[in-house]
Amino acid sequence: MVEARGLTKTFTRKKEVVEAVKEVDLDVADGELVAFLGPNGAGKSTTLRMLTSLLRPTAGSAVVAGYDVVRHPAEVRARIGYIGQGNAGGYSYRVGDELQNQGRFYSVPADVARRRAGELLEALELSGMEKRTVLSLSGGQRRRLDVAMGLMNHPGLLFLDEPTTGLDPHARANLWEHIMRLRVENNMTMLLTTHYLDEADSMAERIVLIDHGTVIADATPVQLKRDFADDVVTLGLVPGTDTAAVVLEKARSVLPADISRVEEDHVADGTVRLVLATNHGPDLVPPVLRALEQVGVTVGSADVKQASLDDVFLNLTGRSLREEAA
Amino acid sequence: MTATTDTLTPTTSPLPERTRAAKWVHDTNAVFVREILVTLRDPFTLIFSLLQPLVFLGLFGPLLDGMLGSGTIEGESALQWFLPGVLVMIAIFGTGMVGGNLLYELMTGAYERILATPLDRSSILVGRALKEFAPLVVQALLITVVAIPFGLSFYPAHVLLGLLILGVFGIGLGSLSYALGLASKNREWVFWGVQQSLIFPLLLLAGMMLPLEAGPEWMQVVSKFNPLTYIVDAERALFAGTMWDSTVAWGLLAAIATCAVGLWVGIWKVKRTI
Repeated sequence: MVEARGLTKTFTRKKEVVEAVKEVDLDVADGELVAFLGPNGAGKSTTLRMLTSLLRPTAGSAVVAGYDVVRHPAEVRARIGYIGQGNAGGYSYRVGDELQNQGRFYSVPADVARRRAGELLEALELSGMEKRTVLSLSGGQRRRLDVAMGLMNHPGLLFLDEPTTGLDPHARANLWEHIMRLRVENNMTMLLTTHYLDEADSMAERIVLIDHGTVIADATPVQLKRDFADDVVTLGLVPGTDTAAVVLEKARSVLPADISRVEEDHVADGTVRLVLATNHGPDLVPPVLRALEQVGVTVGSADVKQASLDDVFLNLTGRSLREEAA
Repeated sequence: MTATTDTLTPTTSPLPERTRAAKWVHDTNAVFVREILVTLRDPFTLIFSLLQPLVFLGLFGPLLDGMLGSGTIEGESALQWFLPGVLVMIAIFGTGMVGGNLLYELMTGAYERILATPLDRSSILVGRALKEFAPLVVQALLITVVAIPFGLSFYPAHVLLGLLILGVFGIGLGSLSYALGLASKNREWVFWGVQQSLIFPLLLLAGMMLPLEAGPEWMQVVSKFNPLTYIVDAERALFAGTMWDSTVAWGLLAAIATCAVGLWVGIWKVKRTI
């Protein structure tokens, strides 16, 4: 569906050349759901706008839905859906009119457009709002109308630029529910940008991490977390009659070899804290507990903190996505 | 890139087979329909916009009449002289607003949605300019008909040609206004500032409200470089019943030139912004 090679965009602002996107390569296969994740200004939206033919690349090329974005922009636009950061509907327009307008813009026959508008309004819980003006809708409703307008041409490939930014948690969850259902029903390939970590983690089947205009990682969320971040297992050991040093020595002797980092800490109440970093935390705990029991070490508490995408970003860039996105 | 084009199977062709011209007409119409819907859905603005030129004509006409001792300008009655000027003014104010209406949609995202569709880029410009122009046709016919009992001579074919010239000129001016709107993205005051400071000198230097013959010579010289002067002169000639005249030809030429320059600048700007 998407084949981009060396996609680059430079802007000149006040005589200063800014490289917004640097030589991005990207392949998206039929049916994939890919999320661009990165801090504000990383180049996510710029990349998306080049792929949707809204922005001309400075260098590189992209074939989207079978057509080159620079040479055949109208063919690309006719085959894709695009939901931008702003609201698609003109605020002084009626909901129904705007959907019909979209139909005309895509040369959809009037009767087909009418039917499709009705179906989309129903699917997005907007039935009966045809005569309301866009301005009178709530934020969540307006966003759902954006989705409806982006789907009027029945695209096989849908681009979403920060679809849930600015919505409250309830409206966010609701919008995702709709988008995911429409994706299955319409068999759509999806490419979206987000700076919400939880969203990327739970929705995306593949994450492309972008920072300073370049792709720094590209894999499934599970793979990313396994390769670039550790789960942290914290065990509280109770010394009993042994000294802390003896307990630690016993513990160390039974720990598996593939643990990447071990930290020790003496806590005031006499327990010893053992911190283990590993890429398979939940699987590690049961055998380690059993082994410790066999050498006579009592485990008072166990805690597993699984790696997050933020850890991945932090390890790759030295900065936290959470802070930058706030 | 040619090699990779073949590796991807295009989805079924969503755009109907047709000539470029047919697509352009369809696209322009689609944009026009969207824009005009706002006016049609809100009849109040429509009624007020129709009344506005009447009020202007009713208030300014008699003043002009009273100022002139003889009651004629360039051999015409004040009404016959002034009415074409009012039409040009409405055309300019209307099509000059194209960029202003765009500013809001640039901000909310509605404009981006339009750009994301396969619409022909020039259709977006022309469709919007035509929307500002369409009410003018109704306004023009209305004030012309209302002015007949007050002594206006009415030449239907001439008036139609006059409207056509105004239409061509309006598309050019609308496109320029559009380009200005795009250039002042997120800086609305720039648009209004530039627009206001251009429109009034243009109007006055075209002899639209008051005859330039009464002004100093430098104004008359400058007016020769104002395309609007030729439009205004052509409209006056047409409303006075002259058609086969160089004044009309110059007006048409000025309109076509403005249209060509406007579309060129407008399309260039649309393609390189956003």
